[in-house]
Amino acid sequence: MAHSPGDRGTAGTHGTDHDDGTGSRGTPTRDTFRGTLRQPGADNDGGTRSRTRGTLRQPGADNDGGTRPFVQRVRHVSPAERAAHAARLGIAVVVGLVMMFPLYWMVTLAFSPNVDVFSRELNLWPSSWTLDNFRRVFSSFPTATWFGNSVVITSIVTFLTVTVNLLAGYAFAKLSFRGKGVIFLLVLSTMMIPVQVLMVAQFRLVTELGIYGTFWAVILPSAASAFGIFLARQFIIAIPDELMDAAKMDGAGNVRIFLQIILPLCKPLIAVLVLLTVMYQWNDFAWPLIALKDSELFTLPIGLIFLRGQYGADYGAIMALALISILPIVLMFLMFQKYFVQGLARSGIR
Amino acid sequence: MSAGTSEREGSAAPATPASTYAPGAGRSGKRFRSTTTAYGFLTPNLVLLGLFLFLPLGWAFLISFQESSGFGASGWVGLDNYRRLITDPTFWQSTADTGVFTLITVPLSLALGLGLAVLMNSVLPGRRLFRTLIYLPMVISGVATALIGVLLFDEATGIINKLLGAGGADTVPGQSNGTAAFASIILVTLWIRVGFNMVIYLAGLQGISPELYEAARLEGANSWQQFRHITVPLVGPSTFFLLIMDVIYSFQVFDTIFVMTGGGPGRSTSVLVTYAYENGFVTRDQSYAAAIGIVIFLLTLIFTAVQWYGNRSRDTAG
Repeated sequence: MAHSPGDRGTAGTHGTDHDDGTGSRGTPTRDTFRGTLRQPGADNDGGTRSRTRGTLRQPGADNDGGTRPFVQRVRHVSPAERAAHAARLGIAVVVGLVMMFPLYWMVTLAFSPNVDVFSRELNLWPSSWTLDNFRRVFSSFPTATWFGNSVVITSIVTFLTVTVNLLAGYAFAKLSFRGKGVIFLLVLSTMMIPVQVLMVAQFRLVTELGIYGTFWAVILPSAASAFGIFLARQFIIAIPDELMDAAKMDGAGNVRIFLQIILPLCKPLIAVLVLLTVMYQWNDFAWPLIALKDSELFTLPIGLIFLRGQYGADYGAIMALALISILPIVLMFLMFQKYFVQGLARSGIR
Repeated sequence: MSAGTSEREGSAAPATPASTYAPGAGRSGKRFRSTTTAYGFLTPNLVLLGLFLFLPLGWAFLISFQESSGFGASGWVGLDNYRRLITDPTFWQSTADTGVFTLITVPLSLALGLGLAVLMNSVLPGRRLFRTLIYLPMVISGVATALIGVLLFDEATGIINKLLGAGGADTVPGQSNGTAAFASIILVTLWIRVGFNMVIYLAGLQGISPELYEAARLEGANSWQQFRHITVPLVGPSTFFLLIMDVIYSFQVFDTIFVMTGGGPGRSTSVLVTYAYENGFVTRDQSYAAAIGIVIFLLTLIFTAVQWYGNRSRDTAG
């Protein structure tokens, strides 16, 4: 009963990760999770050892303390090296300024009076800070409603997508069934299809279903996403079968195993899936643009385009709303950067 | 181990079920139960994908063989929509723009991503902060980043022209000139995209053993030679993975172009995805839009097949 050959075969032959095939066998050692949620494209085996075992590993971060021996550290610092060091810092500062400048400019315009915006003078700083743009945005447009719509749609899509993909990920990782390979391939292939291929037919479909123009017209097609299945499968496959076998001997079925054993171990995975789905859905534009018609039901990106259509060149108001629309995601990113970066690197979206 | 892990995982997966059928008495009943359970877990996913992805995909094919007549039933016109594509200069213009845009943005994203990854992997004070700054644009909505782009490049009031003017340089006709508009879209795309390339390359660099650089230095290799002969070849798998992701991204770029230029001025920045949207939901020629969609789908399919084949060749070669 314990550890059937079938299970062994499934876990041992997945993909081409030879090292995982051996590493994930046996007792849960420090190597158990090694490399399984590894960055696609990284071959870390020759280099460092995972320090964040059991979580999604941060690619290329967390070494600031010099935990990874940097080559030049062991040598004496020559003048040439000091010059190179200064040059690197100089380039980094310039790059940082260039990357930040557009965002700085957005914030500046959002808080500038319109005289500044339309002035032909070069002003890198508002002549006076003002909240007028925000007042105009909130008084002339249903901005609070749009914000709420974005929250509602993003929440429901995230809940549906993450739940559905965790379930599917478990099936692909730990269960053996007919047609598994073909279905997995088919499911993954859907991620390559851009919305513009499907939009006309999806539009007719939601019209036929009688949900065109409602939240469900946005939510249901958006929740039909295989994004996350690959990540979920990779994570769950690394969970040792022994943990499940023990529960099986106690008479637990797959549902109980999933709920009581797998899910509690999947917290880092769930965190990554939730963050990425929230980001993706909050920012989504093309499909909500097609699926919604009533301005009261718009999400923030659609509202932003609507505002531009109404206000034309009122750049102050446009930037104020743009700032409101990106703030939740930016804050989330700053708080959970590690998970974001890992997830983005491994799922390959964006 | 290669960067195409995700793709190869997918392609290798069909081998998995066969190896799980272990011989032995009393196992077939269990396997049947296991299959039933597995499909239980898969059903929500398969229902959603079937209804909202596979059904529309098939439907899109059908629509592309019909004539556009507003809504409801339409007559079959065979390949008429596709014939029209061949003689439509805007379609060819959009195809060419898609290609040029991809050919410019992908190598630049790769080069900038690798350069920044090497920089951010070196000894540098405030490295964490710099990384955060470079990542930030990739999490911001395409609409917001594009609107910022509009403001930066606005001909009359854009800050870039003001800066150029203050520096005594000629201003850039960001809206009225096709080439300038195209360039502004490319710059915004790079701004959004370079962070993702850096993430992947940073991970790739972690896998290179420091001893290799040590040995190269003992042999007298300078920094450029080390970069050229150690770093570049050894991040090859990351490059391959990024090549795929970047091509798909550039090929499907919609938000940036739709918001920044709407395909204009004239048709100078029209790409396939914006042209399809325009036909489907502005001029309401939905059958024609479906045909363009199918062309996009087929091009994506061809690219996927080529990279899959290339990936297999790489496996056998290396």
